[in-house]
Amino acid sequence: MSIKAEHLSYIYGQGTAFEQYALKDVSFEIEDGQFIGLIGHTGSGKSTLIQHLNGLIRATEGTLYYNGENIYQDGYDMKALRSKVGLVFQYPEHQLFEVDVFSDVCFGPKNQGLSKEEVQARAREALQQVGLEEKFWEQSPFELSGGQKRRVAIAGVLAMHPEVLILDEPTAGLDPKGRDEILDQISALHRDKKMTIILVSHSMEDIAQYADRIMVMNHGEKVFDAPPKEVFGHYKELEKIGLAAPQITYIVHRLRDHGVPIAEDITTVAEARDAILKLLGKGGR
Amino acid sequence: MDSVLHKMDPRTKLFGTMIFIISLFLANNIAAYVVATVFMVGAIRLSKVPFKFIVRGLKAIVVLLLISVSFNLFLTPGRVIFQLGFLKLTWEGLETAGFMALRLIYLVIGSSVMTLTTTPNELTDGLEKSLGFLNKIGVPVHEVSMMMSIALRFIPILIEETDKIMKAQMARGADFESGNLIQKAKSMVPLLVPLFISAFRRATDLAMAMEARCYHGGEGRTKMKPLHYSKRDYVAYAVYVIYMVMIVLARR
Repeated sequence: MSIKAEHLSYIYGQGTAFEQYALKDVSFEIEDGQFIGLIGHTGSGKSTLIQHLNGLIRATEGTLYYNGENIYQDGYDMKALRSKVGLVFQYPEHQLFEVDVFSDVCFGPKNQGLSKEEVQARAREALQQVGLEEKFWEQSPFELSGGQKRRVAIAGVLAMHPEVLILDEPTAGLDPKGRDEILDQISALHRDKKMTIILVSHSMEDIAQYADRIMVMNHGEKVFDAPPKEVFGHYKELEKIGLAAPQITYIVHRLRDHGVPIAEDITTVAEARDAILKLLGKGGR
Repeated sequence: MDSVLHKMDPRTKLFGTMIFIISLFLANNIAAYVVATVFMVGAIRLSKVPFKFIVRGLKAIVVLLLISVSFNLFLTPGRVIFQLGFLKLTWEGLETAGFMALRLIYLVIGSSVMTLTTTPNELTDGLEKSLGFLNKIGVPVHEVSMMMSIALRFIPILIEETDKIMKAQMARGADFESGNLIQKAKSMVPLLVPLFISAFRRATDLAMAMEARCYHGGEGRTKMKPLHYSKRDYVAYAVYVIYMVMIVLARR
């Protein structure tokens, strides 16, 4: 059970003067239950890549396997693939259309051809998973706040019971509290439901905290693919391609420059706190 | 792209297209069409637009062309060439159909030469200036042309948005292709509702942004690039006059 990409390339406007590689020879394998952070500056091919994973875009070259099956072979059921690999786009405005929140979440499972009871049960479950209070369920999705709309959008995909959940910047434009809540709920899905998560984000802090593997895209190519500590160790190279390491990593490096014997592969505030307390504890004795 | 035609004042090009269209309806024999062909080919040459691009515009009218040609071919009374049931192929039909086809093709090519050498902004600028006299009888020319250029500007944005919405709904298992007509119409709802909502939101945002920069309509508004006639435009107008005279002379 995995997603496997072999030499994926995607060319925009093939055959015209504007021919351009959006993806260039990208290969990887994502195993079940991983939490992957996908980073890259704007236009680096992240969004193109994730749209390949559920077959919305067909690669110009290369093959993609889902659970060992080539999704480009004749007769492959794309609709089934899309319900197994759930993709939540960045702007909830692009998918909300129903008169109330609950029916909007029902749209996905209804398309799967489930019975009415099953559809409603799934919608209820999904809305609870994203933590949207019941008083909002009968409201129009357009009257909700940005964070609530995003929850509805995520619930709309969760209701289809995907095995893999891909989120394109689920926290863009949210306040810090809303951001933490959504990320915590996503990580709970990963932990409790053993769902594979692919998180696209511009926040290195979020990625460092939640992901156990990071893929870095630049100009359509995959430049890094490793655990966070390793990737953020290359922060100088990341800066060159318009990215950065979490701020705490910079602080740790500064401390080391001043002779503080702290580990250099620290990527989260919690780790830094523990390390500093340990150092202080030692120093106090 | 840079050519004499690209640099020409949009008003000159608009007027030229109008002249060309009128001349096509005046032309009623081969001689007149030869004059029109020379004028058109000359314009295409001057524009330096690849012929491929110009012909592309014809794709849209192929069906219309086929229908009108076949109607004219078979339903014009006159000297019969051969008969198939109630359908008669006549010499007169052949002639009208031929001219009709030529006229339609020239119409499309003539106007594509203009649209391919003029940016939408220039076009609306030109229209606004040429139709300025309508202001006197109370037509809000500036406002209408502003609406036109905004509408043109938003077409690619809305196309892109449609694509994004379609993908977002397809990710939730929506199906836009299969099913009968009613099912297809129904499946458009998840696409159209977000599209309309976003179009309205964009419209209010744009209105707000324009007002924040003190837009208040056409009165007293100056242009960043005012339209000026130059020598090539006067030459063009002279060519138009000669062309028109030749067409009238060539007529039967």
